[in-house]
Amino acid sequence: MSEEEMMEEGGGVVKKFLYLNRKAPIGTVYALESLEVVLIGAAFEQDVSMIFMDDGVYQIKKGQDTKGVEMKNFSATYRALEMYDVEKLYVSKESMDERGLTADDLVVDVEVLDAAQLADLMDDQDVILSF
Amino acid sequence: MKFGIQVNEGPYQHQASDTAYQFAKAALEKGHEIYRVFFYHDGVNNATRLTTPPQDDRHIVNRWSELAEKHNVDLVVCVAAAQRRGIADADEAKRNGKDADNIAPGFRISGLGQLIEAGIQCDRLVVFGD
Repeated sequence: MSEEEMMEEGGGVVKKFLYLNRKAPIGTVYALESLEVVLIGAAFEQDVSMIFMDDGVYQIKKGQDTKGVEMKNFSATYRALEMYDVEKLYVSKESMDERGLTADDLVVDVEVLDAAQLADLMDDQDVILSF
Repeated sequence: MKFGIQVNEGPYQHQASDTAYQFAKAALEKGHEIYRVFFYHDGVNNATRLTTPPQDDRHIVNRWSELAEKHNVDLVVCVAAAQRRGIADADEAKRNGKDADNIAPGFRISGLGQLIEAGIQCDRLVVFGD
């Protein structure tokens, strides 16, 4: 990466930020509040990636219906991430397999990585925010 | 080294806040800088001065306030997470029409941008939680 690419407008530093999402979308507030961080963080024009693993893969599952439990259904918001230039979305192959999910079950386009590939991806980051 | 710290869990319920405090204290004693501690999720409950633990237990909230005073550490509470959980300073209480505020000394309420900024400015951002 060149020196110019490292600097965003205004002379700020661009770091590699990874949001690691490990919790189911409802049941606890972690998923909802972590999505809020991603959306606010987009204004800082950092190099953002997201990983969905463990029960976190359910955050982006199609066909969520939360009416019965009176919780907010925010799954559509993940489809808007593209507009925030958050386009690097990864899911854990093992987490998907354990839950009988495939990429077709998800509301967004993702890259499926195995544990070793995810470890490499994490190793490559400057900042990892784990939720 | 310049550290940012994120605390994602409430006091007493979960050890994350204790561990974050011990980490911050040890880092300061070793001569490192704590750029900011950011309280998110139930972590915002670390910031209420109404906390009253039994006398033979540690006072988690006062411990953070004392650390802030002694070492000039910036303790930031996420405004959106705080509103959901009833943590307010005088301005927030007035703005939302509440009859009281409850923020402890040394804490301030601000936005999530403060967390991202800590990630950008610090050598390491350390997250404490599940």
